[in-house]
Amino acid sequence: MSTDVKATNFELREGPNGIKLPIYMDNHATTPVDPRVLEEMLPYFTDKFGNAASRNHAFGWTAEEAVESARERIAKLVGATTKEIIFTSGATESDNLAIKGVAEMYREKGNHIITAVTEHKAVLDTCKRLEKYGYRVTYLPVQKDGLVDLDDLKRSMDDKTILVTIMAANNEIGVLQPWTDIGKLCHERGVIFHTDATQAVGKVPIDVIKQNIDLMSISAHKMYGPKGVGALYVRRKNPRVQISPIIDGGGHERGMRSGTLNVPGIAGLGKACAIASEEMPKESCQLAGLRNRLRGRITGRLDEVYINGSMDHRLPGNLNISFAYVEGESLLMGINDIAVSSGSACTSATLEPSYVLKALGTGDDLAHSSIRFGIGRFNTEAEVDYVADRVCETVERLRELSPLYEMAKEGVDLKNVKWAAE
Amino acid sequence: MAYSDKVLDHYSNPRNVGSLDKASPNVGTGLVGAPECGDVMKLQIKVNPETNIIEDAKFKTFGCGSAIASSSLATEWVKGKTVDEALAIKNTEIVKELSLPPVKIHCSVLAEDAIRAAIHDWKKKQGVAAEVPEGSRASH
Repeated sequence: MSTDVKATNFELREGPNGIKLPIYMDNHATTPVDPRVLEEMLPYFTDKFGNAASRNHAFGWTAEEAVESARERIAKLVGATTKEIIFTSGATESDNLAIKGVAEMYREKGNHIITAVTEHKAVLDTCKRLEKYGYRVTYLPVQKDGLVDLDDLKRSMDDKTILVTIMAANNEIGVLQPWTDIGKLCHERGVIFHTDATQAVGKVPIDVIKQNIDLMSISAHKMYGPKGVGALYVRRKNPRVQISPIIDGGGHERGMRSGTLNVPGIAGLGKACAIASEEMPKESCQLAGLRNRLRGRITGRLDEVYINGSMDHRLPGNLNISFAYVEGESLLMGINDIAVSSGSACTSATLEPSYVLKALGTGDDLAHSSIRFGIGRFNTEAEVDYVADRVCETVERLRELSPLYEMAKEGVDLKNVKWAAE
Repeated sequence: MAYSDKVLDHYSNPRNVGSLDKASPNVGTGLVGAPECGDVMKLQIKVNPETNIIEDAKFKTFGCGSAIASSSLATEWVKGKTVDEALAIKNTEIVKELSLPPVKIHCSVLAEDAIRAAIHDWKKKQGVAAEVPEGSRASH
């Protein structure tokens, strides 16, 4: 970084009403490690540092015990059995393992994979790579509310379809897909159903059996666990799902994922799941309450704000709003004591706004104007109020600066303006 | 991403925000960019017809912080210059002044375009304005 560029200041400072600034409200990007999780992890760095694969001494047994206890806690949270949980380095690896693993294992059966355009890049780019190796991939569109149309899904299945991979909850708009129905459709046709549940695990109830899920990607750091650890659920019964490994080596994790296990990370993921099992019902109500408060305070004060994605099928802590006539990055700049994300991609070389919002049919102009709020376990009502006020003030100020807002107020229909291309 | 102090200053205290009467014969209006691209700049100049000096300039911008800063700076720079001097302003000078990173160079290009478009509009009006009074004189 050059010297004339200001480095971001990470030191917390006092804000009004006892809040600390900057406020973190980007919990879809990552979450802080819960202190209870950290406490669980710490011994496994130092005293209990053994390799879980060491079978002939106490160091190894202790580590293995920690791993197996974590496996139980994860399995319990999602309704699986312990043998169905495979540890990985995170959800990106889990997505790769699930999709590439099925593609290789079931190549004789077929070469067709179905996914959706709003998936995470870990799924989309994995599918794109498989296309290079002769697989056929259908990228389903989504409806205006972000949901996949089940009839579309049904129509796109054929006798060569081996896998459907549709995420549980979207990382930008928080929209929850109809997993149970998708899984049912898949099972009726003998197709494997994988879901990237990175954003959903620990936030909304999941039961892999009831919801007909065959493979499910899990990440620790989106649920108050550490970064660099995750898991893949692999169904063992009705149907038994088999996957080829993508990492070869010592044959850990039933041969599906070689590599010495990240014991402290796994212990942390286990604890994060145990906490979620206990606290999810209360926490999801609290998060939805805060989210609705934020939404109410913003929509009560500003005109021409648009919610992106279904409000009925949505993660409790997610809000994604477009503020018409204001560009997202300039809005982020104005609320620089608040950490949120923008769907505008003014910082990227392509200048392409969010592909997820575009898939909903949101115009590029509104996609550029969008902000994603991710409310999490440690956010408070005072923080929500502060965020709402700062966002509204900044939008008002930037609209005063916006030629588009001026034109709209003068009654100009912006759609009919002939914009000079650069 | 991090911004230079000058970009932050223009963003927090933009100079010459507002609008001039676009119907006035002495005012030139430039509207460049497109909402789909995430940047729209409106830059207006008021020119003294005797001296061709830009006496006032105003802007409004929809865009990122660098776009706002580029157009704010453009209004500062054109003020007091003759139309021809203003036409000589290059986007590279804006890049240098604001320490814009490579991904933000398009903001400076847009600001240069806005200056040119405003001057073009004013010049067009001068052509029209010169004809209309003559025409009305001829009718007497």
